[in-house]
Amino acid sequence: MSAPTRTPSGAPAHLTGPGSGRVGDDAARPDGVLKVRGEFAYGSDLWMDDMLWGVTLRSPHPYARIRSVDVGPALAVPGVHAVLTSDDVPGSKTYGLELADQPVLAVDVVRYQGEPVALVAADHPETARRAAARIVVDYEVWEPVTDAREALGHPTWNQVHETEAPVTELSRESAHLHPQGNLVRHLKVRKGDPHATADVVVTGEYEVGMQDQAFLGPESGLAVPAEDGGVELHVATQWLHVDQRQVCAALGLPPERVRLTLAGVGGAFGGREDLSMHVHACLLALRTGKPVKMSYNREESFFGHVHRHPATMRYEHGATRDGDLVYVRAQIHLDGGAYASSTPAVVGNAGTMGIGPYVVPNVHVDCYGAYTNNPPCGAMRGFGSVQTAFAYEAQMDALAAELGMDPVELRCRNAMEQGSPTPTGQVVDSPAPVAELLRRLAAMPLPEPPGTLDLREVPGGVSNTTHGEGVRRGVGYAVAYKNVAFSEGFDDHSTARVRLEVVGGEPTVTVHTAAAEVGQGLVTVEQQIARTELGVDRVVIHPKDTDVGSAGSTSASRQTYVTGGAVKAACEAVRARVLERAAGLTGRPVGDLRLFDGTVVAEGLELPLAEVLGDDAVEETLEWRHRPTQALDPETGQGFAHVQYAFSAHRAVVDVDTELGLLKVVEMACTQDVGKAINPQAVVGQIQGGTAQGLGLAVMEEVLVRDGRVQNPSFTDYLIPTVLDVPPMRIEVLEYADPHAPYGLRGVGEAPNISSGPAVLAAIRQATGLPLTRVPVRPEHITGT
Amino acid sequence: MEFLQPATWAEALEAKAASRDAVPVAGGTDVMVAVNFGRLRPSLLLDLTRVPELQQWDTEDGVVRLGAGVPYARVITELGDRLPGLAMAARTIGSPQIRNRGTVGGNLATASPAGDAHPALLAADAEVEVASVRGTRRIPVTGFYTGVKRSALADDELIAAIRIRPPSGPQQYSKIGTRNAMVIAVAAFGLALHPDRRAVGTGIGSAAPTPRRAPEAEEFLAGELDGLWDSRGELPASTATRFGELVSAAAAPIDDVRGTARYRVHALSVMARRTLTWAWADYRKEATTCA
Ligand SMILES: Cc1cc2nc3c(=O)[nH]c(=O)nc-3n(C[C@H](O)[C@H](O)[C@H](O)COP(=O)(O)OP(=O)(O)OC[C@H]3O[C@@H](n4cnc5c(N)ncnc54)[C@H](O)[C@@H]3O)c2cc1C
Repeated sequence: MSAPTRTPSGAPAHLTGPGSGRVGDDAARPDGVLKVRGEFAYGSDLWMDDMLWGVTLRSPHPYARIRSVDVGPALAVPGVHAVLTSDDVPGSKTYGLELADQPVLAVDVVRYQGEPVALVAADHPETARRAAARIVVDYEVWEPVTDAREALGHPTWNQVHETEAPVTELSRESAHLHPQGNLVRHLKVRKGDPHATADVVVTGEYEVGMQDQAFLGPESGLAVPAEDGGVELHVATQWLHVDQRQVCAALGLPPERVRLTLAGVGGAFGGREDLSMHVHACLLALRTGKPVKMSYNREESFFGHVHRHPATMRYEHGATRDGDLVYVRAQIHLDGGAYASSTPAVVGNAGTMGIGPYVVPNVHVDCYGAYTNNPPCGAMRGFGSVQTAFAYEAQMDALAAELGMDPVELRCRNAMEQGSPTPTGQVVDSPAPVAELLRRLAAMPLPEPPGTLDLREVPGGVSNTTHGEGVRRGVGYAVAYKNVAFSEGFDDHSTARVRLEVVGGEPTVTVHTAAAEVGQGLVTVEQQIARTELGVDRVVIHPKDTDVGSAGSTSASRQTYVTGGAVKAACEAVRARVLERAAGLTGRPVGDLRLFDGTVVAEGLELPLAEVLGDDAVEETLEWRHRPTQALDPETGQGFAHVQYAFSAHRAVVDVDTELGLLKVVEMACTQDVGKAINPQAVVGQIQGGTAQGLGLAVMEEVLVRDGRVQNPSFTDYLIPTVLDVPPMRIEVLEYADPHAPYGLRGVGEAPNISSGPAVLAAIRQATGLPLTRVPVRPEHITGT
Repeated sequence: MEFLQPATWAEALEAKAASRDAVPVAGGTDVMVAVNFGRLRPSLLLDLTRVPELQQWDTEDGVVRLGAGVPYARVITELGDRLPGLAMAARTIGSPQIRNRGTVGGNLATASPAGDAHPALLAADAEVEVASVRGTRRIPVTGFYTGVKRSALADDELIAAIRIRPPSGPQQYSKIGTRNAMVIAVAAFGLALHPDRRAVGTGIGSAAPTPRRAPEAEEFLAGELDGLWDSRGELPASTATRFGELVSAAAAPIDDVRGTARYRVHALSVMARRTLTWAWADYRKEATTCA
């Protein structure tokens, strides 16, 4: 493959970093110093002197027909180099992660507010913006479909229905947003007796609002036209190869002419799984023959990526008087918005994981993903499990109250363990210490009651709303499980290229994968694994690009498992070759030789790698897969769908000003089983971050959408927790090895994001005695005003 | 976009008179946000940060004259004792970065109903000193806010200073936000007890088209306190509750993304009741410490 003709400044260089730390150590990040000093280049820092700036004209309407587009006035603006519409897309006009249903640029119809309609490239971003504003689009505005149940023709919210809703007659006649109707996926899980009865029954209806990933580095990238008629795209993303596939299709170019390199990523959380400016910048670069940079501002970013699916959920739990779960029946509706994105997989997770890590003999779940004219929803950390956890954990607390049982006891009594059957007919085939996670939490000391007044420690904080009046404390527990890696028969693999050579007298390993580093620390893990397997301290991380095979997505808590597994396997292959050479040189059997500290060692032997390798490099490229999974049976939802589960539990202590509805989360405690902590400090970081993000959804984070229009597309009114909202955390990390996974590890990143919010809700319920069935909880819900 | 940086107050006033659409910039924490969102494209920016007079405060005849360009951080550290209500409000504003840049003058000129300085200034009967090449005038802050984000400032005028008489009694400030820091007020309330004048000052934020006072609540409380100023006796709980009700009755809030009108009304009654309780407790404590 040809090397990029020109490299922009701000493109990532090789990372070396501090140079020590093996598997199990708190190794420092190779990019840590750069980031702390503000020297790390993010996608928005990409620069070429002769580049143009691309901007996107977006639809102001959630649903409308485009009668005509007149780009003439924009083209007439001096400094404008190109204005493009869907007519200028040479290849496939639509793209998508699972279904190619989303237009690169709107074709005839816009289905959500913010849908891209046209593109402008100009020599200055301001010029490009002004020109875009002069494009004349004539819209015939239609009434948007904004309720997922309505879109499916299901009884709408609060119309409790006893029989299963028909899904054959999809939606109202006028509101088929897509030719196949408005159903993206209906997942059925059927286990045991669908009509099981029980002594004690609790039902509840729950609603979860739309959360945003709120990553700090908005969508950015730079497309550079190449001499071969192709394009080099530098972009901040989560999966280079799935981007490449979609960009190629839209451009009508083969993969060897569309080369992607990962630019610095400022957070992702699922929001970069779908394309944003990728195809747009390439189209403009190919049209103008110049490098084109696109970088969204904060407001555009809210329209430029998918959000977490809002959910409405109806649950019924039946149990014996003793507290054994007999059945769970659930209907879950996820609002997928205008395009499919990863809705089918989110439905898969929400449906299969939707009753939580409990053993239940009779399960009847219907999970629907619908098209509406709301913003498209797709991947976000926790992926379907976050929404359902709010419902099933509220149900467990309600059941405990009904039974007069302690909520932790009820959970432990029904907790999954190794060997338990899952609702989908799998058997949990590695440790599942759900009860232990909960018992450890319950055994932790509780925080002290409030002492002398410090405004930073009370609900409302320094805004001075209470000096203790109206404040009641609640404690709540929740537990989560989450499938790790891609499920349902997906060929989930990663590729690693590992080279060992002696550079300037020093043994050096270069690790080359396409696995996106999004801030989680995979580059550190790659170094730790290479050091461990090859006994060499100096490990260089090659920039992430499509010159090496796919690593799969940086999502689903999977990269340490899958790309970690690939790096480990490639290192083992390199090691085998090196030891064979050493065996040839020394005449010692290969089995006696080991790599240690830059030397080949055996009983009475210490041979420096420089002598074994000379000027040669030993390189191996390997594709690595986890155990295959299976598709689910479409009628029963049964099958070996998930390769691994991650488990975490939270205890939240929350002070509530019951009169004003304001909150102070006093402490979050978390226990999580990670199988093996490859980097314990990074594991704790993931747990802290996941906990904060879950807390955010519980008490403040929501993209407010009214009539298909986003009301708060900025950090002025989309609030994320500050340092006064995120409390101190007690974290206990357990390491029960999964025998099927490299080093026994388990994916870490998502589970704590799932159990945190429901624990906060449980604590607020305990403090207030209110049912609180909607998140985020607002002061109005607590005060009843 | 042109950029002017006058070094003296006279130059600044000249520049504003010459280009009435010039946009003054102090801390820039409102102006630059508007520019960033594309809501403001000033043809001329008039940077006031080099005008020394605006960055100072002093005391004239017992009245604090606070330069319009003094940032919140300094209001908190330098004037916490003299202007306690305003300093309390300043503590609730933004983040440390915003408090280092943002100014009371900027808050006034923006005249947002959610601006946090306003309830404190209203409660303290502050005056806004404005100037132009035509001369200087003082506007009582009660008359300063003329509509949503509109003020009595003429288009050739700049805000020179805010004049506030240091309190003769306790002051309080309380603000509702949906997170515990860095949040725009959903509703806010400022209270000042003026034992010297036997009067009460109030200020309501984020619950009407403009910041406003609650005159009936003030009169009611002044009446109730009539016999208590000297005795410093206990305040009946019913008085605090009634005061809260009257404060909330003075509001005219709307539903928006930050909160409902009903919640705002409710929250105001709670804040008014609680702040009064705290202020009165402080007032009673003062007696003990003096004695
Ligand atoms: C992240 C963030 C958080 C914030 N949080 C809060 C908050 O909690 N509470 C709150 O009330 N506000 C908040 N604000 C808004 C802002 O910080 C305040 O309104 C601040 O007081 C503005 O002061 P400034 O000096 O930065 O004004 P600037 O932005 O410089 O100016 C604001 C307006 O005043 C005019 N102006 C400035 N000085 C003068 C003068 N001397 N004469 C005439 N006109 C003048 C300007 O032309 C402009 O119209 C926040 C802003 C940000 C960005």
